[in-house]
Amino acid sequence: MSEPIIQFEKVSKWYEEFHVLRDIDLTVAKGERIVICGPSGSGKSTLIRCINALEEHQEGRLVVDGIEITDDVKAIEAVRKNVGMVFQQFNLFPHLTVLENLTLAPMWVGRVPKKEAEARAMTQLARVRIAEQAGKYPLQLSGGQQQRVAIARSLCMTPKIMLFDEPTSALDPEMIKEVLDVMIELAGMGITMLCVTHEMGFARSVADRVIFMDQGQIVEQNTPTEFFAHPKSERTRDFLSKILSH
Amino acid sequence: MDTALKPPVIARRPPVRSVGALAWLRASLFADWKSTLATLCVAALIVRWLPDFFNWAVVRSVTQPDNAACRALDHAGACWGVIAEKYRLILFGRYPFDEQWRPLLATLLMVGMLVASCTRVLWSRWLAVVWIGVLAAFFVLMRGGVAGLTPVETARWGGVPLTMLLSTLSIAAGFPIAVLVALGRRSHLPAIRTLCIVYVEMIRGVPLISVLFMASFMFPLFMPPGITVDVLVRVLVGITLFSAAYLAEVVRGGLQAIPKGQHEAAAAMGLSYWQTQRKIILPQALRMVVPSIVNSFISTFKDTSLVTIVSLYDLTGSLALALGGDANWRQFYLEGYLFIAAIYWGFCFAMSRYSQWVERHLNVGHAH
Amino acid sequence: MAVIATVIWFLAHNTVENMRVRGIQSGFGFFLQPAGFDIGESIFAFDSADPYWKAFLVGLSNTLRAAVVGIVFTTILGTLIGIGRLSRNFLVRGLCTGYVELFRNIPVLLQLLMWYFILNEWLPPVSEALNPFPGIFLSKSGMSFPVPEWEQGHLVTVIGLALGIAGAWVYRRWARATFERTGVARAMFWPSLVIVIICTLLGWVAGGSPTALELPVRNDLNIAGGGAVTPEFLAVTIGLTIYTASFVAEIVRSGIQSVPWGQTEAAGALGLSRGQSLKLVLLPQALRVIIPPLTNQYLNLTKNSSLAVAVGYPDLVSISNTTLNQTGRAVECITVLMAVYLTLSLITAALMNWYNARSAIRER
Repeated sequence: MSEPIIQFEKVSKWYEEFHVLRDIDLTVAKGERIVICGPSGSGKSTLIRCINALEEHQEGRLVVDGIEITDDVKAIEAVRKNVGMVFQQFNLFPHLTVLENLTLAPMWVGRVPKKEAEARAMTQLARVRIAEQAGKYPLQLSGGQQQRVAIARSLCMTPKIMLFDEPTSALDPEMIKEVLDVMIELAGMGITMLCVTHEMGFARSVADRVIFMDQGQIVEQNTPTEFFAHPKSERTRDFLSKILSH
Repeated sequence: MDTALKPPVIARRPPVRSVGALAWLRASLFADWKSTLATLCVAALIVRWLPDFFNWAVVRSVTQPDNAACRALDHAGACWGVIAEKYRLILFGRYPFDEQWRPLLATLLMVGMLVASCTRVLWSRWLAVVWIGVLAAFFVLMRGGVAGLTPVETARWGGVPLTMLLSTLSIAAGFPIAVLVALGRRSHLPAIRTLCIVYVEMIRGVPLISVLFMASFMFPLFMPPGITVDVLVRVLVGITLFSAAYLAEVVRGGLQAIPKGQHEAAAAMGLSYWQTQRKIILPQALRMVVPSIVNSFISTFKDTSLVTIVSLYDLTGSLALALGGDANWRQFYLEGYLFIAAIYWGFCFAMSRYSQWVERHLNVGHAH
Repeated sequence: MAVIATVIWFLAHNTVENMRVRGIQSGFGFFLQPAGFDIGESIFAFDSADPYWKAFLVGLSNTLRAAVVGIVFTTILGTLIGIGRLSRNFLVRGLCTGYVELFRNIPVLLQLLMWYFILNEWLPPVSEALNPFPGIFLSKSGMSFPVPEWEQGHLVTVIGLALGIAGAWVYRRWARATFERTGVARAMFWPSLVIVIICTLLGWVAGGSPTALELPVRNDLNIAGGGAVTPEFLAVTIGLTIYTASFVAEIVRSGIQSVPWGQTEAAGALGLSRGQSLKLVLLPQALRVIIPPLTNQYLNLTKNSSLAVAVGYPDLVSISNTTLNQTGRAVECITVLMAVYLTLSLITAALMNWYNARSAIRER
């Protein structure tokens, strides 16, 4: 087991009066691939969004890649340089071409010259098998293509951690596979991955650990084989029966 | 990894410093230095101006129509007495004093009808019929000459009833024109399409005042020699044509938002052009643009104030009528302005709130 | 079809008949005749012996003058208030919301009349003019301000300014090319500004440092010298600015809100700073939504300046009205009037279509 890259210590978060994350203790090792599942409203998206400070926690200590997350803007920007995120709604920039979407952050944050940024971008686009669309605009692409571009965009910053917030939930069924294939390939590259998803097949094939969350807490975590074969908690069994039945 | 199950954590209240009234105030007003600066500036402005304004408008004001008391104030306080003295002139223009119950009743009828039209429950075919009845009643009340009511010529109509008449009638008459023009713009006949486009773009490209001038000065020339046209009618025609052009664009937006499938389905059922429009397309399109139509009505209502320039004494013009000639009260123009501004504001604000409500509750939106 | 043709024929026939009966002449020749009236305010010399067409030109220049000043200030004010409506500070937010709801719902003519009244009532008479800053006087006769006396040296200064702008443009191109080549971003705004200022100053010094300002001077009866604007102009510009700003504020606000929150999040998640995400992601998208209705408001402001006739500001409509009353040539005057405004509208519409076509976000 390698050294921890993400450390949650009794982290709690409230939305107004609602206790959305309750005393989360979690350690993620470098290179580990984690799938987080649970019913809606359980706080799983909020959990991963705390990692790159898109959500602010009120109690507890959260350390990402050696930097503690506080209100310090500089610290947050430093963390975000090393953490990539893929959103459910893709969130590509519609006024820029695919290539410009990918070179934006390397040029403006990473201070990479344009030629090199474009070369890097083309490499990533080739990796997600969409290099021929480099000159197109995001809204000219299908959902699956857009999500793959989004993954490539995050990869251009060579992140140490990749966060996926329900990446396939907004896709038509026939496009889910192309995105999952890309993510499986990514998993083989050694990047630390945290993925919130309902795709249990993906969890079985790729994850080192599956975490089940309910009502703001980590209820259960285990290796995929153990998790699916012998769920320990009643709530886990209940959830699994609902999503594995169809 | 630790695979043991842990005891459940019960939900707690958030830490004190992050919620509650005090925390909210701090986050809202003093979040960073810019916010703090803004808060201090605004607070300073309020502290400086609000008590003075309150003193002027309320504490030291005179509400009795007492000219001597008002003059004695010497602008230290508001003279609302001028309103008390002149309100009938301002509200009803030069309408004969004794008969002013008639414009009052007519206005109330019209306002009542407008409010009734807003309640969804009453939307039906009968609404149009009742509207025509109310408009007829309005004219009868104002004009007189029947049922024992003394005739009052249109030149003496003024104030609020005139404003209501101009805005309501111009929208009511402009609406059918707008629908026809909107349909015409999408027509396949180039002559009709060009005519409609020219009409809309010409009217939208020029200020209302020039349309009113055109109506005022050029309209009599269009009539056969010897026929004179009432000033009110001329102005009404002008405002109607103006509103109709803008309404046509609104309706056209709604028509454009109807998916082609609707036209195709109607054609497949064998409906003619006019049947399709009447039964299928227009009802959907018009529903979609109700908020925009209400906004048009608000604009027209505000635009009626321009008729003062062509010498009709609507609410804005009647103020000049009431105060301009009276040396005693002329210095209290500001209070008069504030009074009619408040009337306009109240009406427009209510209508805009209604428009927002319609947008939310009828599941309609901007049909771009 | 036939119906429309008949109607048009009917109207035309009546018009000709009427004009014959009333002895109204037609034709645009009268535009060359002397006007016979003075115009209270103009940026170039005009007296009653000048022809009507020149009077119309003065009117047009007055309209454009009020419109340009109004557009500049309403954009600034409207943008600030629009942003203020989205502020987290509830005092600022409430104030801006109150502003919009108040001025949007009162007719613009009424607002112009009120401003004219306030300026007339509350400004002191000329003999006691306010002097808030040296060289600026405010009174019932309007506002006087210093204007530079035109000399040779000023020409050199203007050349310096032009060179400065060119220099700044060159700098920006160089900075951008360097950024793309090496990845090191260079500041754009401040160096450009410094270049413009330095070049202008150098030009000014080279021209002999002309400092002669024509200062308005208070004497017994009035303020003499300097540039001046009438209270009518002030009333029109202030009224139009404040009214239109309430609409501009709403346009700016809804433009900013039209950009989905996810865009800001994605920009942040990539490591872009707040300033960078604003410049590269938020503003480009917001501006595409803001600019079309904004140009519409500019056009509305220009059209609303026609209401200046109610406060006595000699804009195009006002001059047209005077001419019409004097000569009885209603058809010609109104035609010219409408033609001018139509041209302005069509130019604006064309510009807007060009902008839309160029910046449209491409979809399937």
